[in-house]
Amino acid sequence: MIGLQGVWRTYPMGEGVVHALRDVSLSIAAGEYVALIGPSGSGKSTLLHILGCLDRPTQGRYSFEGREVGSLPDGERSLLRRNRIGFVFQFFHLLPRLTAQGNVELPMLFGGIARDERRERATRALASVGLLPRAGHRPDQLSGGERQRAAIARAVVMNPAVLLADEPTGNLDRASAQEVMGVLEAMNRQGLTLVVVTHDPVLAGHAQRVVHLTDGALSGPPEVLTSTVEA
Amino acid sequence: MAAPSSELFRFVLGAVAGHRLRSSLSVLGVGIGVAAVVLLSSLGEGTRQYIVSQFSQFGTNLMAINPGKVKTMGIPGVFGGTTHQLTPEDAGSLRRLPGVDAMIPVAMGQGRVEFGGRGRSVYIYGVNHELPRVWGVGTAQGSFLPPLDSGRRASLTVLGPKLAREIFGTASPLGQRVRIGSESLVVIGVMEPKGQLLGFDLDDTAYIPVGTAMGLFNLSELQEIDLLASSSEGIPALVAQVRAALMARHRGEEDFTITTQTEMLDVFGRVIGIVTLAVTAIAGISLVVGAVGILTVMWISVHERTAEIGLLRALGVEGSTVQALFLLEAILLAAGGGVAGLAFGLLVQALLRLIVPGLPLATPPEAVVAALVMTLGVGAAAGVLPARKAASLDPIEALRAE
Repeated sequence: MIGLQGVWRTYPMGEGVVHALRDVSLSIAAGEYVALIGPSGSGKSTLLHILGCLDRPTQGRYSFEGREVGSLPDGERSLLRRNRIGFVFQFFHLLPRLTAQGNVELPMLFGGIARDERRERATRALASVGLLPRAGHRPDQLSGGERQRAAIARAVVMNPAVLLADEPTGNLDRASAQEVMGVLEAMNRQGLTLVVVTHDPVLAGHAQRVVHLTDGALSGPPEVLTSTVEA
Repeated sequence: MAAPSSELFRFVLGAVAGHRLRSSLSVLGVGIGVAAVVLLSSLGEGTRQYIVSQFSQFGTNLMAINPGKVKTMGIPGVFGGTTHQLTPEDAGSLRRLPGVDAMIPVAMGQGRVEFGGRGRSVYIYGVNHELPRVWGVGTAQGSFLPPLDSGRRASLTVLGPKLAREIFGTASPLGQRVRIGSESLVVIGVMEPKGQLLGFDLDDTAYIPVGTAMGLFNLSELQEIDLLASSSEGIPALVAQVRAALMARHRGEEDFTITTQTEMLDVFGRVIGIVTLAVTAIAGISLVVGAVGILTVMWISVHERTAEIGLLRALGVEGSTVQALFLLEAILLAAGGGVAGLAFGLLVQALLRLIVPGLPLATPPEAVVAALVMTLGVGAAAGVLPARKAASLDPIEALRAE
């Protein structure tokens, strides 16, 4: 479902260039659970941003659901993000003025979905992360774990093909982290493709496949870099 | 499929309401500007209407003929010319022109009106019997001056109501003799109250025959001849006739000035219009200040909500939509200020009317519309830069902000 071939990402920095990603090739099948692990500065986030169509490869190909998307115009990449990709961030990124329900409805608001349907789908998404009783609370009235679960509900409410999570537990205590990972893994078991960036080896251990990044390059045996799961 | 604008509007409304203090302060900034524009333009328009009504209480078909030509500064004979005087005979000849409904020869001066031990210095108008018709005012007691040949003297006077009250108190002045200068005049009437005309108290005057006034004040000519045209359409033609008739009497010299009521109103209207415009423009500066306030608030807002912008982009909201959101927010703030300022301006006017009943206030609807349209423009102008900044943010950088 996701295929990266010879992807480079470089940034100009002063006189020279910084290689955030070097010749990364990776494929992920639908329904897989992949952990991207590596020290900070290793290019994990850059890779996640490229997978999420927020960033473009400087060089190389990125195909998503069979389409070359690395060179699509911005408008189409926005549509992809809206409909096919869900994001979960370390710092939740919930809008403080909206309730949990309102935050979950946000992607649908800009997706032009009618209000009744928005409400119904948001309710379902909140129920799936076990947050329905807190739907009317604003983020500052929720615990960290609850906030991240609301963010997950927001990420899946558009029924994306893949969920990209950037250090989803990096800001949580252990109990909340387990709770959040439990929710993510349950969704993966229902068929959602899951890519989690982390520097926590314990967390990565839950994944079907762990991909190591060092200095912008993937390391490890070749079989780790291609999917072993048939979609 | 883009989001419907009603949803965007709701979202923006939420953003504005989310920063209550900041939003209300920027609304206040624009509101003060709009209130100032509305108040000052109302005052200007009110003044104009007041002056127009002051003049048109005598009808709009009036014209006045004054001695001297404006271009010679009205000083007769400076360059040795044979300037002729504006005489009661001139006035009488103009009265006979077709299209002239009424005529008042005017010779006036200041004098002391005395009766018994009391006296009062007032303006004394030398006029004729046609004044009540031209000015649209009648007598409360007795009658006005009788028709007399122009230039003839008669020892009669009609008093303004205030003058009569000051000198005679509650007693009837009719038939009493008052003294003005060397003349002893019989009071034959008291006028109805007429009020003030541009500060002249028309109730605190005495009217005497024009011939008597010329003798009393030692005048050799009239100060003015007022003509009432029978129709306003005929005025241009009548002006030409009057000019021709007077020039014929003055050996072909145009040593007089004709001013029609409409001309005078035009001049006043223009002058007040310019003053109103200038004052309103000054008030408009506060609108600009309000715009700067919105610009500042929006700029801060974009910075503060960088993470929100990043999130929206990650959720698949396009840059152009983000731009529209912030532009809409600026316009909403400005429009809120416009409506609030308008309401406040009207409220202050209502209060002013209660406190100072005579204050001339009239809100010109076009000024209200202009102020509101301007606030929309102000909001759009103030929002463009911040909105473009918001749209141009790199989503990755924006997401990193916390």
